[in-house]
Amino acid sequence: MLVVPVSQPARRTLRLEAPRSWQMLNLAELREYRELLFFFVWRDVKVRYKQTVLGALWAVIQPLLTTFFFALLFGRFGGMSRQVSGPYALHVFVGMMPWTFFSNAVTLAANSMVGSSHLITKVYFPRILVPASSIVSSLVDFAISFLVLAVMMAAYGVAPTWRIVTMPLFVAGTIIAATGAGVLFAALIVTYRDVRYVLTFVIQLWLFASPVLYTLDIIPPQYRWWYAINPIAGMISGFRTSLLGGPFPLGVIAISTIATAILAFVGVRYFLQVERRFADVI
Amino acid sequence: MSSDAIAIEKLGKRYTIGARQLGNTTFRESLTSMMLAPWRRFRHLSGHADDATQFWALQDVSFTVGVGEVIGIVGPNGAGKSTLLKILSRITAPTTGFVDLTGRVSSLLEVGTGFHPELTGRENVFLNGAILGMYRTEIRRKFDAIVAFAELEAFIDTPVKHYSSGMFVRLAFSVAAHLDPEILIVDEVLSVGDVHFRNRCLGRMQDLRSEGRTVLFVSHDLTSVRQLCTRALLLSAGRVVDDGTPGDVTRRYEQQHHDGAVQSGAVDRAHPPRGYHLRRVELRNTSGTATSRFDAGETMEIHLWASGPAPENSYTVEFKLLNDDDHVVSFGAANPVQNTYYRAEDQHFVCRVGPLPLTEGAYALSFSVGVWNVARWDAWSKAIGFTIERCDLFNTGHGISNVHDGDFVLPQQWLVGP
Repeated sequence: MLVVPVSQPARRTLRLEAPRSWQMLNLAELREYRELLFFFVWRDVKVRYKQTVLGALWAVIQPLLTTFFFALLFGRFGGMSRQVSGPYALHVFVGMMPWTFFSNAVTLAANSMVGSSHLITKVYFPRILVPASSIVSSLVDFAISFLVLAVMMAAYGVAPTWRIVTMPLFVAGTIIAATGAGVLFAALIVTYRDVRYVLTFVIQLWLFASPVLYTLDIIPPQYRWWYAINPIAGMISGFRTSLLGGPFPLGVIAISTIATAILAFVGVRYFLQVERRFADVI
Repeated sequence: MSSDAIAIEKLGKRYTIGARQLGNTTFRESLTSMMLAPWRRFRHLSGHADDATQFWALQDVSFTVGVGEVIGIVGPNGAGKSTLLKILSRITAPTTGFVDLTGRVSSLLEVGTGFHPELTGRENVFLNGAILGMYRTEIRRKFDAIVAFAELEAFIDTPVKHYSSGMFVRLAFSVAAHLDPEILIVDEVLSVGDVHFRNRCLGRMQDLRSEGRTVLFVSHDLTSVRQLCTRALLLSAGRVVDDGTPGDVTRRYEQQHHDGAVQSGAVDRAHPPRGYHLRRVELRNTSGTATSRFDAGETMEIHLWASGPAPENSYTVEFKLLNDDDHVVSFGAANPVQNTYYRAEDQHFVCRVGPLPLTEGAYALSFSVGVWNVARWDAWSKAIGFTIERCDLFNTGHGISNVHDGDFVLPQQWLVGP
C-alpha cells in the first residue's frame, strides 16, 4: 500500500494545475525530499552488493583488471608507456577512476527512469531523484577506488603535490557532467526506447574521445580546442594532473568546464520539460 | 481560501492518443513525425483538426470537499476515476483548471509499491516509509508499532522475497496505516486481498473518519461507498453527473448502469475503419433475445456482421474473451479450432458458445477477421461487454465470483478413497 506525500507541511495550500512551459528546479522541494534521495541511494547500494559474493570488492577488481589489461596491451605491447612520464599503469588507473564513475553513473541514470516506472506511475516525488540517486550511488564505487589509488601511489612511490587540493573541483566537475548526461539520456529513453541502444555505443566512443588511455599531448594542438568540447576531457586531465603532477592544461579545462555547465543545464532543463509527461508515456 | 480541504475548479485532462503510446515510439518514428509536422500544422490551421486522436478523460470537473467529509467517487470504467486520482496524487498534471489541496495529503494507490524483494522487512519499512513521506525519525519512532500491527516480529529481518503474499500485504498495509494524513486519497485498495485485509482497511478508514480526517475514496464497490462515505459523486464520461448522499447516488447509478447493460446486448461500431470491416455485434441468449446478461451454464450466441464482401475466400473469424482486468482469458476461431471456413460473400457470422463456465463478473469480447496466420483484415477490440449475473454451477446456493475464484470453473470430479 502506498501513501504519497503531496504536501509535507500542514495547513499549506498546494495548487495542482497545468505546468508552465518554463519549469525550474524546485530547490525547496528537493530539500524536503533529501531523505528520500538518501533512501534511494541506500537501496541501490544495498541491492547491488546483496547477491554478490565479493560485495564491494567488485568496485576494486573492475578498475584494477581493466587497468592491468590496458597497461599490458597499450602500455607494454603498444609502446604507449613511452609517451607518459611516470608509470603507465598509474596513468591509466587515474584516468579510469573518473571515467568508470562517469560511464557507470550515466548508464545507470539513463536506465533508471524506465526501471522505476512502477514507482513513477504510483507515487509523486520529484522525478529527478531517480537519476540523481543512480549518480550518487555510483559515487560509492568511486570513493572505494581512492583506497586502491592510495595503495598504488605508495607502491609506485609517487607522492602527491600541492596540486591535490584542486582534485575535489575535478571530481565535482565529473559529477556535474555525469548528472547532465545521465538526466538527458534518462528523459530521452522514457520517450524513445531505442536511445538505450544508442547509449551503449555513445559510451564506447566517448571512452576513446577522452584522455583515459593517452594524454592530451597526442591531440594535435589545432584540434585541441575542439577536443575540449568533450566535458569530461578537461575533468579527467585535470584530475590526473592534480594527483600525478605536471602543468594543468588550463585552456582545455576552461572549455570543458563551459561544456559541462551547458550539458548540465540542457540535461536538467530537458528532463524537467518532459517530466510531467513521464507518467503518461512510461 | 475557504475551509475546504479539496477544491477542484474546471478540471480537465486531455490525452492525445498518439502521445499515450509514446512509450513505444522510436526515435526514427519521431523524426518522421517531426518532418511531417508542418503538413499536419497546415491541415490543422485549415480546419482539418483530427478529433479522433484527442480524448478528454476529464472535462470541466468542479467540486469541493469540506474538512472531515468522506467522499466516494463512483462511475463506470473509463468515466475518468483513475485520471482524477492520478491528478490528485500528482502523478500526472491536469490540462486545464486546478486543484487546491489544503493540509497534509497522502494518496494510496496500490499495495506494496516501492518494496524491494531483495531487502528485508525492516529495510523495506524504512524505504517504504520514506516513499510515503515519513521522516526517518518518524519511522524509527513508529517502527515497533508497524511490525506489531503486521504481526511479523519473527520475520522482520528476512528478505521480503521469502514472504508469502499475505505477509507482504500485511507489512505494506501496516506502514500505510501508520501515517496520519489530514487528507487521504484512496484507490480501490479495498478490493484486493482477503476478507480479513479488507475489513482492516475499512476499519482504518472508519478511524480516519471518526478523527475528522478528509477522505476521497474512488471505488467500484458501491456497498463500501454506502458504508463509509458521507457523500458520493458520480462520474460519467469525464464529467460529474451526480452529487449527493451515498444512498441516493449509488441507487441512481445502479439504475442507469443496469439499463445501459441491457441495451448493450447489441453494438454498432462507432468509428469503423475504411474498407472491409466488422460493423455490428449482438449477443443472444437461447431464446434469441439480445442481452448482455447471462448466467453461468447458459449458451451464448454471438452474431457478427461485416460490411462485405471479404477480400478473399477461405478465411476465419476469431474472438478473444477478456476479463474485467482486460486480460485475455480465452479465445475461439472458426478455424483452426473448428474446421470452418467462410467465403467471400458471407457477411453474417454466428458462433454458439457454451455452456458458459464463467464466474460472476464483467467480461468483454474482441473480434478479428482474416486468414489464419497470414492476414488480419480487421480487428475490433473490446467490441461488446457482458456480465455473468449468476454462477452457481455446483448448486450450493452461493455464487462464485471472479473477485476471489478466478474467471473459470473447470469441470471436476472428486474421488474419495482410502
